[in-house]
Amino acid sequence: MEVTADNTRSFYSEEGKYKGVFSWIFSTDHKRIGIMYLTAILSFFAIGVVLGLLMRINLISPGRFMGERTYNSVFTVHGVIQIFLFIIPGIPASLGNFFLPILIGARDVAFPRINLTSWWLYMTGGLMIVLSVFIGGGAPDTGWTFYAPYSIRTTANVSLALFGVILLGFSSIFTGLNFITTIHRLRAPGMTFFRMPLFIWALYATAWTQVLATPVLAVALMLIILERAFAIGFFEPALGGDPLLFEHLFWTYSHPAVYIMILPAMGIVTEIFPVFARRTIFGYKWIAFSSLAIAFFGYLVWGHHMFTSGMSDTARVIFSLITFMVAVPTGIKVFNWLATLYKGSIRLDSPLLFSLSFIFLFSLAGLTGLTIGTLSLNIYLHGTYFIVAHFHYTMFGGAGFAFFAGLHYWFPKMTGRMFNEKAAKTAWFIMFIGFNILYFTMFILGLQGMPRRYFQYQPRFQTNHIISTIGSWILAAGLIIMFWNLIRAIFRGEKAPMNPWGGKTLEWQIPSPPPKENFEKIPLIEHGPYKYD
Amino acid sequence: MPAAELSENKAGHRVDYTGAKMGMWIFILTEILLFGMLFLLYSIFRFRYSPEFHSSATEMDLFLGTANTAILLTSSLTMAISIEAIRKGNKGLSMLCQFLTLVFGAVFLVNKYMEWGAHISHGIYPHSPQMEQMGRGKIMFYSLYYVMTGLHGLHVILGVFVIAGMLVFTARGVVNRHDFVKIENTGLYWHFVDIVWIYLFPLFYLIA
Repeated sequence: MEVTADNTRSFYSEEGKYKGVFSWIFSTDHKRIGIMYLTAILSFFAIGVVLGLLMRINLISPGRFMGERTYNSVFTVHGVIQIFLFIIPGIPASLGNFFLPILIGARDVAFPRINLTSWWLYMTGGLMIVLSVFIGGGAPDTGWTFYAPYSIRTTANVSLALFGVILLGFSSIFTGLNFITTIHRLRAPGMTFFRMPLFIWALYATAWTQVLATPVLAVALMLIILERAFAIGFFEPALGGDPLLFEHLFWTYSHPAVYIMILPAMGIVTEIFPVFARRTIFGYKWIAFSSLAIAFFGYLVWGHHMFTSGMSDTARVIFSLITFMVAVPTGIKVFNWLATLYKGSIRLDSPLLFSLSFIFLFSLAGLTGLTIGTLSLNIYLHGTYFIVAHFHYTMFGGAGFAFFAGLHYWFPKMTGRMFNEKAAKTAWFIMFIGFNILYFTMFILGLQGMPRRYFQYQPRFQTNHIISTIGSWILAAGLIIMFWNLIRAIFRGEKAPMNPWGGKTLEWQIPSPPPKENFEKIPLIEHGPYKYD
Repeated sequence: MPAAELSENKAGHRVDYTGAKMGMWIFILTEILLFGMLFLLYSIFRFRYSPEFHSSATEMDLFLGTANTAILLTSSLTMAISIEAIRKGNKGLSMLCQFLTLVFGAVFLVNKYMEWGAHISHGIYPHSPQMEQMGRGKIMFYSLYYVMTGLHGLHVILGVFVIAGMLVFTARGVVNRHDFVKIENTGLYWHFVDIVWIYLFPLFYLIA
């Protein structure tokens, strides 16, 4: 990968004052940082998947393979890893870091040393979370939501895990700060805001959310740590506090967090559709503004996670209303994507397959979101498998599949190699089937009344649990094929040309992989990014 | 078109004054949110336990609190002078004022240590036997006091270290009349820390 197909030196070749692994972990090159994030993120994802598979194995025959306390820890660590170490940093830290500067015609981000610091914070936080599983009181067993009072009482290693999450929060804040400044200050001459690729708009909206929401999480988690250490009492009724305050603080971050997860994902598929339909994007400004609208409304709906907590009726009605409103900008995007594809010259390659399935899975997710946003239904469905199915359709079927779409789309640019297209399509198909068997069954389980986070269940639920677990094995097989295909291609794939898909954005005008300085000469931008005529 | 000026400083790093200020302001915004959430908690508990908050405020050391306020305000003055000085190329004055700011910061921390020490020696700290006897309102007041002044104090400590770093940079000429954005940003941070105290002081000391 040090030398591209056109015989130029890429950013993989070593030139700085550090050698070997130090030339990577001390590098301020956004492309190297992006690759390091990508490796770590996908590794944590794999660990999270294994934990998920273990949960499903317990659920075919509860108690045969693990005890209750272990099960509680497995679903907690599964959630903490998949959310804080995979999907929240996910796209911005890896693909965002790699491609943001290139797509706006810059040589790097605004603050490269802060970028490296973000990566170090991420790795340290991740290490602490992993460590919390093995030392002291054992892995946290509170669920990834760490609700008081249990998170205060449990003897598990909550404080270490939470401190790790706080470090991850700082990593996220610094990345957001970096991206906002980069987008404002380093666009190439001629690139107005409305000539930026829409992936950049998505990263911009995400970056503001990271900056404005994450400090609230830091406060919430810091107070749990202080409560455990010093019994300060904010969440303790006997001392004058209220556990509901924790829920409010926690969800004030965690709802905007889901938009941190999904906005970049939508940005990726928005890049892919024009290329594989050979048509300019339909409704550029609507897509750009809808990203900002989603980010804005996302701050006003956190109460829908707390409908059964005892809040006033008035508050709940307002939260439900705004929850319905936040679906509108997403709907706008879906219509724009479909209009882009309509009568286009479709090339059904793997990036497009993943993007199309994104629309299907995320639409299902979003519609069920309206179901549980409805107050009367939420009373029944809160805390059931319906919720579990909903958020896996959004986070995995939505953000996850879009991440895989981006991985395949940008793989040749990042590695200078092509993967096997047939294997990619096969993997996608198996994953799609397995995903739906695994999670659609959970909607049914939820409607039947199966509660979430339960170690065991009434016999009437067993058949659906078995079906769901079989789905998890099919999905796992698909994931293995997909990653094996990509990893093999890194070492043995055909060398990729500069522009294998025929894209029009700036990354396709530089070698695969790019040289260290990205561009020989900073380009002059004279039109929008999707000029297909 | 706001493309960053592609000039370089002595270390070979690209210099973008506007970008550096922008990044710092965004960071300050996150800090405002951080402390803002705690002020929100304060308002919730004060609304709930209004009489206990008023009576607890009478137990605070008004003299030390007022002294600390004057100290921090003066330290913001010396910080501002140090920045103006280096912008005019007056390295000596700038270093002197940075040093004074450091001293004021340290004095603030010593005062805080004495205040906390006094409370703790009287058995007033979270989860103490005395604390358990007091009403819930009082417990919330003191918990908020320790958490908020503690987080503030942590920021003062960090600020002192950063200003010490700026002192070294100024001595070495890394911060100079042509490239002073680092110390301007440090000043921004220090003024923010000062403003947080300006809010903390009346809310804990003056509501008697």
